[in-house]
Amino acid sequence: MREGTMVEAGTKVSSAIRGSGDAMVRMDGVHKWYGQFHVLKDINLTVAKGERIVVCGPSGSGKSTMIRCINRLEEHQSGHIVVDGVELTNDLKRIEEVRREVGMVFQHFNLFPHLTVLENLALAPVWVRQTPRKEAEESAMKYLERVRIPEQAKKYPGQLSGGQQQRVAIARALCMNPKVMLFDEPTSALDPEMIKEVLDVMVELAHSGMTMLVVTHEMGFAKTVANRVIFMDRGEIIEENEPGEFFTHPRSERTKLFLSQILAH
Amino acid sequence: MNDRAQTYLPGTHPDLPPPPSMVGVYGWLRANLFSSPVNVILTLLAAYIIYLAFPPLIQWVFINADWQGDTREACRREGACWVFVKVWLRQFMYGRYPSTEIWRINTAYAILALGMIPMFIPRVRGKAWIAAFLLFGYPVVAYYLFYGSAFGQVVVETPLWGGLFLTLVIASVGIVGSLPIGIVLALGRRSRLPIIQSVSIAFIEIWRGVPLITVLFMASVMFPLFMPEGLTIDRLARALVGVMLFSAAYMAEVVRGGLQAIPKGQYEAAQALGLNYGKMMALIILPQALKLVIPGIVNTFIGLFKDTTLVLIIGLMDFLGTIQSAGTNPQWLGFAIEGYVFSALVFWVFCFGMSRYSQHLERKLRTTH
Ligand SMILES: Nc1ncnc2c1ncn2[C@@H]1O[C@H](COP(=O)(O)OP(=O)(O)OP(=O)(O)O)[C@@H](O)[C@H]1O
Ligand SMILES: [Mg+2]
Repeated sequence: MREGTMVEAGTKVSSAIRGSGDAMVRMDGVHKWYGQFHVLKDINLTVAKGERIVVCGPSGSGKSTMIRCINRLEEHQSGHIVVDGVELTNDLKRIEEVRREVGMVFQHFNLFPHLTVLENLALAPVWVRQTPRKEAEESAMKYLERVRIPEQAKKYPGQLSGGQQQRVAIARALCMNPKVMLFDEPTSALDPEMIKEVLDVMVELAHSGMTMLVVTHEMGFAKTVANRVIFMDRGEIIEENEPGEFFTHPRSERTKLFLSQILAH
Repeated sequence: MNDRAQTYLPGTHPDLPPPPSMVGVYGWLRANLFSSPVNVILTLLAAYIIYLAFPPLIQWVFINADWQGDTREACRREGACWVFVKVWLRQFMYGRYPSTEIWRINTAYAILALGMIPMFIPRVRGKAWIAAFLLFGYPVVAYYLFYGSAFGQVVVETPLWGGLFLTLVIASVGIVGSLPIGIVLALGRRSRLPIIQSVSIAFIEIWRGVPLITVLFMASVMFPLFMPEGLTIDRLARALVGVMLFSAAYMAEVVRGGLQAIPKGQYEAAQALGLNYGKMMALIILPQALKLVIPGIVNTFIGLFKDTTLVLIIGLMDFLGTIQSAGTNPQWLGFAIEGYVFSALVFWVFCFGMSRYSQHLERKLRTTH
């Protein structure tokens, strides 16, 4: 029921929402350079509340750089990025405010190896949100159950499999109650048999209504949950469309080439 | 051996004991001392050297040594004269600290020992509180015990401080002070703000570039020249600051090595969760970086501990200083060797203790398998 309306909303979103108050993330004419190298070229992207967007494109096209600009792990040089009404500038207060509301999941998990799983999860709520430790741990356990590994709470990340670590990483981000979740190739460092357990968690998260921006080449995932698929190449957004259209009727030649390459294997 | 030749059906092979060459005394000898012709030769050579050196050493230290008596006349045999150490022991331990007040030092030692013991027992809870007391409360308590002036205690001026007591004071202040200063310097050196970075680099390189003796000389001779008339700072205090800043510069480089080994992903994950710089460093980066460089940190501590003997140069009578001066006492000329052997033993016990504790710490903090 809810699922259906979401998808509908998603198709109209790109034109309707730009500039409106509903936007969770808005990127307006964003440019970024690494030295002389122009990585992001005039990125315009609006993500509505509850929208799920999949970003794909060839290696080096700037996908990671783009989503990392959203929580200011990378700095953009021109244009505007507004997250939940807060514009990202050099103001540290605002950057931290945005980061509190934006969860991120990395390709290589980046769990804290010196802390147990439970401590990994409770850390930010306790130290950033000032939640009492007991409460933070109780809610951490709930998220561990949600990613289906409550029994690993007392272990250290080094004792878990890749798939389990990535699920802990997702739970860790969720513990902050984020309004948006960013995923940067969450399954590409995993062995094939572990990819599914992570994707299952992400699909479940998508169904719960979380706003998500996912860089991935898992086209099955894109087809099931994405409202929109964005194709990037050489720092530009080349094409965006709802998944059905995107996969069956790609508009640009580059998209066609890319799709033929990733669907080939 | 027959067992080994036997064949089993697939899936029914039992666990067999390892071959005799792997177990027991015989196995150990074979693996460690006689595993190759070269090792056989080295083992025999080492055994021969031990055979040559050990019996005379044992003779000197124990069998022919003098233990009884209180005067130099008691030492008539050709072995060591431990009477010398016995007679001067109070000096070696406390310097010229008044004998009626020595209980104050011993009380401070006792408090320290009581505080340290629970740190080694895994089951004890609230270690953080004990550690906090040892780091912040204890120095205050120790200061009032050593120096006096509170609760109507007699003041014992620092020139009377000496012996192992003084060595321990300098070493502890150096150790406790140099780690935090070193951490701050290491963070400063990696800062993205050019001013902070250059100040840290300059500080580290200047202190690392001069010998400790020079630092101590500057602290004791040059420093007073720059001070305004009438303002004097205790000589010991000046030496303490010198030792502390000197080792802080080394510590900074050790810590920086640890910081460099932490992957970028750890910083990013911490930032992405909204942790600010201070919390990110204190909770995520430093715990990992410091753990990695425990051997280097303890190495610096051990170096610092031994370098404290250099304060003799500026007239502070530390442990080695009192031993040396006892050795030049006209009454006891000719027994300096016993003093040096004794000091070597004491230094070794302390340094070895630190080294063992660091190994214990490393094992305890290991979270990966
Ligand atoms: N810190 C950096 N300094 C200089 N160049 C960089 C830096 N980080 C990334 N780049 C370059 O920017 C371009 C975009 O990188 P980015 O990581 O965003 O690509 P991507 O689309 O995520 O690729 P992949 O699929 O391989 O992850 C690449 O050409 C990369 O070499
Ligand atoms: Mg990438």
